[in-house]
Amino acid sequence: MAKETTPKTQITSELTVIPAHAVNIPMFQLLKEDGTVHKGAALPEIDKELALKMFNTMQFIRLLDERMFAAQRQGRISFYLSSLGEEAASIGSAAAIDFNDMIMSQYREQGALAFRGFTVDDFMNQLFSNELDLGKGRQMPVHYGSAALNFMTISSPLGTQIPQAAGYAYGQKLDGNKNCTLVYFGEGAASEGDFHAGLNMAAVYKAPVIFFCRNNGYAISTPATEQFAGDGIAPRATGYGMKAIRVDGNDILAVYQATQEARRIALEEGEPVLIEAMSYRMAGHSTSDDPSGYRTKEEEAKWRVKDPMARFQKWLEGKGWMTEEAAAEQMEAHKKAVLAALKKAETVPAPHIDEIITDVYDTPTQLQKEQLEALKEHIRKYPDAYPATAAGVK
Amino acid sequence: MAKMNLLQAVNSALDIAMAKNDKVSVFGEDVGHFGGVFRATSGLQEKYGRERCFNTPLVEQGIIGFANGLAAQGSFPVAEIQFGDYIFPAFDQIVNETAKFRYRSGNEFNVGGLTIRTPYGGGIHGGHYHSQSPEAYFAHTPGLKIVMPRNPYQAKGLLLSAIFDPNPVLFLEPKRLYRAAVGEVPEDEYTLPLGKAEVVKEGTDVTIVGWGAQVEVIEKAVALAEKDGVNAEIIDLRSILPWDVDTVAESVMKTGRLVVSQEAPHTMAFGSEVAATIQEKCFLYLESPVMRASGIDTPYPLAHEKEYFSDHLKTYEAIKRSLNY
Repeated sequence: MAKETTPKTQITSELTVIPAHAVNIPMFQLLKEDGTVHKGAALPEIDKELALKMFNTMQFIRLLDERMFAAQRQGRISFYLSSLGEEAASIGSAAAIDFNDMIMSQYREQGALAFRGFTVDDFMNQLFSNELDLGKGRQMPVHYGSAALNFMTISSPLGTQIPQAAGYAYGQKLDGNKNCTLVYFGEGAASEGDFHAGLNMAAVYKAPVIFFCRNNGYAISTPATEQFAGDGIAPRATGYGMKAIRVDGNDILAVYQATQEARRIALEEGEPVLIEAMSYRMAGHSTSDDPSGYRTKEEEAKWRVKDPMARFQKWLEGKGWMTEEAAAEQMEAHKKAVLAALKKAETVPAPHIDEIITDVYDTPTQLQKEQLEALKEHIRKYPDAYPATAAGVK
Repeated sequence: MAKMNLLQAVNSALDIAMAKNDKVSVFGEDVGHFGGVFRATSGLQEKYGRERCFNTPLVEQGIIGFANGLAAQGSFPVAEIQFGDYIFPAFDQIVNETAKFRYRSGNEFNVGGLTIRTPYGGGIHGGHYHSQSPEAYFAHTPGLKIVMPRNPYQAKGLLLSAIFDPNPVLFLEPKRLYRAAVGEVPEDEYTLPLGKAEVVKEGTDVTIVGWGAQVEVIEKAVALAEKDGVNAEIIDLRSILPWDVDTVAESVMKTGRLVVSQEAPHTMAFGSEVAATIQEKCFLYLESPVMRASGIDTPYPLAHEKEYFSDHLKTYEAIKRSLNY
């Protein structure tokens, strides 16, 4: 389907070579690093209640990341992925959309999920793969998901959610329900074929998708400079006939406003939009990674001063909505809540062995049922070898 | 000889291949300066330069497509896919391109210089996407060779053969054993044959076949069976495609019984092919049906990893079923 807005090709007898960096997209920023507002900048309408919820969620995620990283180091959970330094990108964007909009995330957007209402117990049950985990303990830690919160369950393979978002949003459009899909991914995942397929299809079908790229500078050890030769991710939208915004991912107010505008375009103008949020992965890729092998402390220090939470706190203090003391008290409350939830989740049993064959299909096959029975018989014979489930098959 | 773990053995093979032939290059996600997420390519960029050992963008279909082109040009690319679970975006390039390059062109062109290395297998708390054993998907594709080493010595010798074999090879490395398996490995070049199984332990009562990390599991199971007075023969297939039918058939004609122990889900795992072929070749010699110990027919679950895994106890029980049939 041809778009009416596609410009007509002009004919010229002059050989024209378009420069490689013809599209140069500026970065939208409202809050300077010191938390003051750029002169003449028009701030988004944001009330005290929402601003404080955003800040509170940032604090919670920072505390959760810190504690669970430590819990992995203590051997209490097998794996963890921190979003340190990138909290503004996920929380600011999730705050700007409607609760009924769909979120499809990668694996570093726990802030968006917390903003939606995923509780500290929900997080812990997933991280400990216990029987209360909504995902039934099947996936590695941080692969959250919740149908009630319109947050699609995370999958490890990179970029797979991007074309899925185009399809999901196309369904929303056909339903006429005035909702869109917000899909997160990193600048590394944007190299996957699925990225290109997803953007192109969303543009062709005018699906209401907000493609939200967290450009955090690294894909595990690979710096963005070895990931692509172009000017980041945002200019690619142009090639697909899509609008794009580049925003400071460490400025939560700018992220909020950019995402609000993207949502307006997606639903009112009926077009997908690509947002590239510029940030930095302060943490390692995961608990399996050690960034000292591929980047310098000096580089990290340059980004530490751009911390999105400190920046937002300064702005809140300037508004008279937050004080240092109140922020510290909130942090202490989060710490207590996280530690209590951690201790609780740790003692909840693993899912019952019967769950091993459920959900592969809507109902287990005959062969799966036979395999389960044989497995249970085997566990009864060797209970010591299967301590997580032996008690359940007596 | 030197003590090496499986990663060091892989690294040593790559080092030797790169030193021997400057058309050998090594690339994949994070394999450059960082040396790969498992460090299999440590030090190679420093030694051979950024043109021959480099990071790729995060795109598996691109990595293998690029490698196909490089191989067609006459190079020996050794492309790494970070986890076997992430090889599927490259499935088209491997199944439709790599495997058919020579056949479709009437041997005008080939990608025989290509080797694809990727870690496979579970037992490392990896959940669905860091645990799979994908060999059977690829074993259904004529034109590929598939190799799965069981220990450091095998890994180095087989990888050196794979790199210079005139056919494309998928080299699946048992990540559970990367650091856990340590053994004596010659520091110099040596090769081990592709398509040839190895009798790891001779025995008379029952033949146990496995490959890759599963051989270690089988050895544990056989140790249990030995206490019952069972003398089992263990065969490591080493190559899944082409696989060494003769060595397995000869063994089964001697023992009269066969157990296949494999990590992948039961249905259509490579053991099905072994079982079908052996009943054709050895029907009158078999004293019991071919038994299989496999993963169950579900994705690889995290919380139930131990229960899912076809461990030594399940293999031991399969051996008993074979003997007591």
